[in-house]
Amino acid sequence: MTDLAPTPLGAAVFTDDTYVAPRGIWSAIKRFFLRQPVGTIGIVLVAIFGFAGITADWIAPYNPTSNDFTAMTEAPSWAHWLGTDQLGRDILSRILFGARTAFVVGLTSAIVGGFSGLILGVGSAYFGGRIDLFLQRILDIVMAFPLIIMALAVVSIFGTGVQNVIIAITIPLIPRCARVVRSSALAIREVPYIDAARALGYSHSRIILNHMVPNVVAPFLIMLTSFVGQAILAEASLSYLGLGVQEPVAAWGLMLQGGAEEYASTAPWIAIFPGLAIMLTVFGINLFGDSLRDELDPKMRER
Amino acid sequence: MHRYIVSRLLLVIPTLLGAATLVFILMRLIPGDICLVRLGSGGTGFSTQALAACHAEIGIDKPWLLQFWDFIWGLARGDFGISMWSGKPVIQEIATRFPVSLEVALLATTIAIVIAIPLGTISALKQNTWIDLVVRTFSIAGIATPAFWLGILSILLVLDVSQAITGHPWMPSIDYVPIWKDPIRNLSIVMLPAITVGYRYAAVSMRMTRSAMLEVLREDYIRTARAKGLLEKIVINRHALKNALLPVVTVIGIEFAFLIGGLVVTEQVFNLNGIGRLMVQAVQNQDYTLTQALVMLTVTLAVLSNLVVDLLYAWLDPRIRLK
Amino acid sequence: MRRTLWRRAVCAAGLALTIALPAAADDTPKRGGTLIYMIPADAPPSFDAQREETYATIHAAAPYYSTLVRANPMDPGSPDLVCDLCTEMPTPTDNGKTWTFKIRTGVKFHDGTPLTAADVVASWNKIIFPPEGVVSPRQSNFLMVDKVEATDPQTVVFHLKFATDAFILALADPYAWIYSKAKLDQDVHWYEKNILGSGPFKFVKYETGQSIEGVRNPDYYHAGLPYLDGIKGIFADKQVTRVEAIRSDQAAIEFRGFPPTVRDELKQALGDKLAVQTSDWNCGGLITPNHKKKPFDDPRVRRALTLAIDRWGSAADLAKIAIVHTVGGLTFPASPLAPSKEELQQIAGYWPDIEKSRAEAKRLLKEAGQENLTFELLNRSTDQPYKYYGIWVVDQWAKIGVHVTQKVLPTGPWFAAMRAEDFDLTVEGNCQNVVNPLADVGKYLPHTISEGNYGNFEDEHEVDLYNRMLRELDKAKQKALLLEFNKYVLDEQAHGIFLLWWQRIVPYHSYVKGWKIGPSHYVNQDLGTVWLDK
Repeated sequence: MTDLAPTPLGAAVFTDDTYVAPRGIWSAIKRFFLRQPVGTIGIVLVAIFGFAGITADWIAPYNPTSNDFTAMTEAPSWAHWLGTDQLGRDILSRILFGARTAFVVGLTSAIVGGFSGLILGVGSAYFGGRIDLFLQRILDIVMAFPLIIMALAVVSIFGTGVQNVIIAITIPLIPRCARVVRSSALAIREVPYIDAARALGYSHSRIILNHMVPNVVAPFLIMLTSFVGQAILAEASLSYLGLGVQEPVAAWGLMLQGGAEEYASTAPWIAIFPGLAIMLTVFGINLFGDSLRDELDPKMRER
Repeated sequence: MHRYIVSRLLLVIPTLLGAATLVFILMRLIPGDICLVRLGSGGTGFSTQALAACHAEIGIDKPWLLQFWDFIWGLARGDFGISMWSGKPVIQEIATRFPVSLEVALLATTIAIVIAIPLGTISALKQNTWIDLVVRTFSIAGIATPAFWLGILSILLVLDVSQAITGHPWMPSIDYVPIWKDPIRNLSIVMLPAITVGYRYAAVSMRMTRSAMLEVLREDYIRTARAKGLLEKIVINRHALKNALLPVVTVIGIEFAFLIGGLVVTEQVFNLNGIGRLMVQAVQNQDYTLTQALVMLTVTLAVLSNLVVDLLYAWLDPRIRLK
Repeated sequence: MRRTLWRRAVCAAGLALTIALPAAADDTPKRGGTLIYMIPADAPPSFDAQREETYATIHAAAPYYSTLVRANPMDPGSPDLVCDLCTEMPTPTDNGKTWTFKIRTGVKFHDGTPLTAADVVASWNKIIFPPEGVVSPRQSNFLMVDKVEATDPQTVVFHLKFATDAFILALADPYAWIYSKAKLDQDVHWYEKNILGSGPFKFVKYETGQSIEGVRNPDYYHAGLPYLDGIKGIFADKQVTRVEAIRSDQAAIEFRGFPPTVRDELKQALGDKLAVQTSDWNCGGLITPNHKKKPFDDPRVRRALTLAIDRWGSAADLAKIAIVHTVGGLTFPASPLAPSKEELQQIAGYWPDIEKSRAEAKRLLKEAGQENLTFELLNRSTDQPYKYYGIWVVDQWAKIGVHVTQKVLPTGPWFAAMRAEDFDLTVEGNCQNVVNPLADVGKYLPHTISEGNYGNFEDEHEVDLYNRMLRELDKAKQKALLLEFNKYVLDEQAHGIFLLWWQRIVPYHSYVKGWKIGPSHYVNQDLGTVWLDK
């Protein structure tokens, strides 16, 4: 017999599976690390880069923005572990500081975009009718609207800078989240217990928070984690098109724009390391997101 | 069902109108205009008189409402106007470039579906085995890699490998030919970008397939079907897949809608003369008419994709259809 | 008289050109073949060069047109101009105010109609005295022209308001294509979308955004030319695409220029199948302070900013990664009228001792009360060399304690910001075509005279200096006045902070012969003398 109530994290579940409920957040985390080794690898990767970003001021060997014309385009060596770019700037230092930019951009865009999408998606699904229609139209427009135009508009009107890049990246994330959340929420909407709850006189917010939201938590969290990755990738694309963060700020996407094509055959380290940094970070984020989802969804638990 | 279809079709109109308004306003909010780009790119000076003459000639000195009316009325009649940059009809500019983007998009989608659905299903069935791990790593790597970085590295790889093997560096022809004129040359141009895009597309779809299948496989009715002794193959194909496909189709639909206009970066990297690249040029040149038309094209494609997805939804899930 | 001085000047100018060609210069040209070349742009806005300012139009369609006079295709850097449509270079009469040109007989447009003086006059009138609704961006180069007329079907006469050396150089404008009067009378905008000229090649077809093709003009008036059977220009905005196309021999050459790293990469890949030509480029970068924004109305602050920049020390290193190269003032460094190194070193920003320079900069800032100066540098989002200028000067200014952030905008919004006076300092480029030392500094005049100046200042002394210089016919006095102009604008007032002059590097397949590089990428693009050694 399945219980009527959905399962928030940490609570006991009565199913016909033999299952031991974790007590509190810490045992939940410990459980996660034990049961999801792949996800643990992911979070460790992310933590390494996050740590790098936070402590960059102390651990970076060189100033990331000062030019050094005596050390231009040097291959990796003991003096410069990852080599230097065409202006003599140390690539390792720029990657460490770039981690900071990546996480600021990634986390802010993901959180703002994700939660806005969650609210809009659940609200749209729950209330249905004209509200749903209207919201869906707005979201359709924003979602279909090309990112480059919005980014160019934001940059031209408000200027460059990390906060404006974040705005430009967040906007397209909102409808994507809303749409997927809505599709999951819609499926719940039709389940009998929602109508039963209304019949019993439960308020809108109680139903939404207690019943709908927990059931969309799984896809939402995956979206959120993938958003961090997507935001970092979007920053890279925008920088490639010249609409992202500006020189001489250290940002991975900007480093790719600077060196990726021109030096790809003569000094490949300029292009390879920032690309690897992006790849590994987003990789770790997604590994973690996947495993988190596997862990959270009650239907996913192993027999 | 018919009422649902009709009502969804009608809803397309306010969406398109909203998109038209948005692009119209956004483009004009960006400081500067096409005349500045045109006259200023040489680095030498130009006179105010030249600028004014340019404005008058192109028509951007008319009041906004009038320009907006021209735009909307043109859209209604199917007249997309003249490109402010080249003076040619917008339809002509787009028509010469659309086939390239379409071809890449279709090839990428085919690659994606062919890879994603089987691999995603296998991955779900063999959850947490090494097959699952390999497939998941492969798909996550696809999502994590910046597309243009992959593109640049792949072009260089091809150049270096061909130089090493044959002594002559080879790269796909920079002169595009349509597939019916010279299929081999055409495919050589389009294959690398399609793979680069398709890889990422496959990765996203694979993950969705896997997660959707996993959800469905836990359902009671699957357990019942297995208990009834049905062949696993029938359980998967007839029962599991059909329900798992709901969110998968959503994702594929959403992604395809973006693909055509979203080929922006890929077309830049591979120098394909498609509408993604045209969009970048139009935006940089601040060519209002061309940008507006391109945005309307991408939005229409996206909206139609969503419409098709919604209708498929309704067909697959009678609970929604019969509401 | 004046021509002897010019001849001496040619030698000096020739030193600016370094030509590295593997084969001997006296090969016999072979006829035949199609030249495939890359055009570093997406598509030209129109084919009417008279109204455009972009090399995209020139590189795409110059082979189909003729001009009245032009730079010598065998030596494009030389101030010795040669005739294209005229029969010989005239000596001006009437104290230098009347120039009479004889037009060749038997010249035909590609549709068979004859080209006469009337067509030349119609074309020049469109440039110098554009009718209502016609854009002519270089009109201000011809302010000295009073009237153009055809006295008979083979004679064109230019009447000037005052004699000046700047006129004949301005007349060699590579954008001044000669159009058919009949077509212009029919529709003055006809040439924007159509091509009909009298040049070495006949237009065949244009694939939008992709390529433009032409074939040999069998009736070309320069006997024996062109050598090529046909030409094809392929548009590619992305540098890496052009480089790889040349590397894989899908194209032979790109005529604008590449940064030094590309030359190195191609050399590594192609070895001795590659030839490289290098030249000083008649383009420079400068930073313009907005005089209306405090504290940049104070010349001390402006001088401090130019003193902080180590031009002599950075040029060689920047030349490895960017298309910049030569340290110079406002005048093209290879011109005989340019200041010498010793004269240059007297000017602020060009002092040989950078520590002394920076100390003086700090002192000036302190005196002006701007020790902790912070501002935003407006820049254009173009890789070469704007991006490098930006990163370089921000770092240089950091060395005197000035903290600068960059605001980088695409071309349209960048222009709009400058025109709206919405910036502190801005990075600009200044490209001229045929080297015209007296006229080329016109850009640095106040906005009321030079519309392309965004400094927002007034300066009557500067304008007066310029006018005197323009009318001065004695070369030695011209040079002295130019030096005074440089000193005044760069040092005393620091109206502009000039950075570095560019360097043009063209690597190409060595089977391309007959093309000589010059200081301008707009010049010598009709490809009439090019041949393929294969």
